[in-house]
Amino acid sequence: MRAVIAEDSVLLRVGLVKVLEMGGFQVTTEVGDGEALLAAVAEHRPELALVDVRMPPGFTDEGVRAAVEIRRRWPGTAVVLLSQYVEERYAAELLSTDAGGVGYLLKQRVADVAEFVAAVRRVAEGGTALDPQVVSQLLLRRDLDPLERLTPRERDVLGAMAEGRSNAGIAQALVVSESAVAKHINNIFAKLDLPTADADHRRVLAVLRFLAASAT
Amino acid sequence: MIPPGLRRSVLRARRDAGFLAAGVLPHLGLVPVWSWGLTITAETGNWPLTLPVSVALILLGVPVLTAVQRARHRALLGVFLPRPTPAPEQRWSWAAAARWLRAPRTWGQLGYHLLLGPVLAVPELLVLMALPVGLAGATCSAWAWGLPVDVREGWFGATQLPCYTLGGLVLLCAVPWAAGVVARAESRVATALLGPSPTQQLRERVDELDQSRTGLIEAVDAERRRIERDLHDGTQQRLVSLAVNLGLAMATQPDLPAGAREALAGAHREAKQAIEELNDLVRGLHPAVLEDRGLDAALSGLAARAPLPVRLRVDLGQRAAPVVESVAYFVVSEALTNVTKHARATRAEVTVRRVGKVLRVNITDDGLGGADARAGTGLSGLAKRVGSIDGTLKVSSPVGGPTTVAAELPCER
Repeated sequence: MRAVIAEDSVLLRVGLVKVLEMGGFQVTTEVGDGEALLAAVAEHRPELALVDVRMPPGFTDEGVRAAVEIRRRWPGTAVVLLSQYVEERYAAELLSTDAGGVGYLLKQRVADVAEFVAAVRRVAEGGTALDPQVVSQLLLRRDLDPLERLTPRERDVLGAMAEGRSNAGIAQALVVSESAVAKHINNIFAKLDLPTADADHRRVLAVLRFLAASAT
Repeated sequence: MIPPGLRRSVLRARRDAGFLAAGVLPHLGLVPVWSWGLTITAETGNWPLTLPVSVALILLGVPVLTAVQRARHRALLGVFLPRPTPAPEQRWSWAAAARWLRAPRTWGQLGYHLLLGPVLAVPELLVLMALPVGLAGATCSAWAWGLPVDVREGWFGATQLPCYTLGGLVLLCAVPWAAGVVARAESRVATALLGPSPTQQLRERVDELDQSRTGLIEAVDAERRRIERDLHDGTQQRLVSLAVNLGLAMATQPDLPAGAREALAGAHREAKQAIEELNDLVRGLHPAVLEDRGLDAALSGLAARAPLPVRLRVDLGQRAAPVVESVAYFVVSEALTNVTKHARATRAEVTVRRVGKVLRVNITDDGLGGADARAGTGLSGLAKRVGSIDGTLKVSSPVGGPTTVAAELPCER
């Protein structure tokens, strides 16, 4: 799969290229700002764009704006945002396009190479990868009414789901059985008044949309 | 050798005498103007013409003479007379002239130059004349003998020479003292009449302090942003890159000896820990999201990072000034840090609401209470930061809890 990288720190760019290549991506272009990123995506039509949030010229949210633009103009391009801090506001803007094929992770997660590569692959295949810190911010912004009805355990499960984990992954992370996870998920959907669908992935997206909509 | 005390006195006397000498002409400056006016009016009787001309000439002289007096005080006495308000304006206009004429300080200046000036010239001239007279007297015992006897006895009498010498010496000794007294009195009168009024001076000082404080706060804020940016672009990227490279090494070198693997894993862990710690520190300085998305967006990051559940309610109509947002963010950040460190709370609630022109920030926890704004540097620093933008900070923390930190920040001035 082809990928472009937008990151203004040359030092980190080198590391990102190595990590993506290790994950089987072919990095076609590396750029240092949002404008160049849009041009690169238009030219190379990659499957994935790995984008730093703070880039020249303003060093604030250039990456987020470019990511939203990419999702609008080329909906098939998966985008993973990277930043030093995650902000629920940026996540909400990114998720408002479509939760499939987007990711938003802390830069330091790249250091856990195998997990990071797995998350990026998941996004490139149309899945989602949200940093646990984004998820906790999104949960916080949910104005508590329906979420207050969730038990702490169910909140943990919801958080893990929002990160993009499968039932097996959640079970492993929370050290419970898979059937317990399934039960929790059914409870969550009941409490959040969400229609149950058969595919795990669609349920994750539903949760994300629910969270994102309430965050804006 | 001249003793330093005497030397100083002589220098001071010279300075005072010079100051007085320079005062005579400007103090008498308006005398020829008004005496010419009176004379010509009396001679021609054409007062509808001569009177306005004389008054205009006198009024024109006022700012000029005031400027001369300011220069004289500054150059010869080292006394700075503040510029009178309203200052004579650079560009002439009827409105400016009317403003100047209406100001009470203008009439103070007029009184000084027209009436007080000639009065002040008298002691100036007396002191200045006392100098040659004293000198002549003190030395008369020496030079009087050169005079013809009848002239000498006509001036000094037969036996009075030593008395004249003594009198001259006393006069000479009194000159420095008298010069000092007159100079000091003059500068006091000039300060009172030529400068701005005390109220005006205070008002100007307050304005000045207010401006410099605002500038200082903005400079501090800008400095925090700069440090945040520098750390973000430099050290933080370097650390992430280090952690990534260590992670890559671990992933690509599976057959390292156990010892090396362990060392690599340790370094990897430490690097990630360092990133976390630096992130927490840097985010407290000034989060970038505060600038582009505002307080509401920036606070959710804070609340979510707190190790205890935080309920956050933000209700802002419009964005406040950057400095106010920055202080509000700092209040919540510090208060949550305190809650985490000291309160042993299980939950906290943060509300930020804009009511009219005031931003109300409240942080409540269900912890132990007993926080003292005077004891902890955290809370007193918070109070100072809030006070710097004319806000107020109240801390209520009875023993047993709950603790409430309430800040009110004015959004407009």
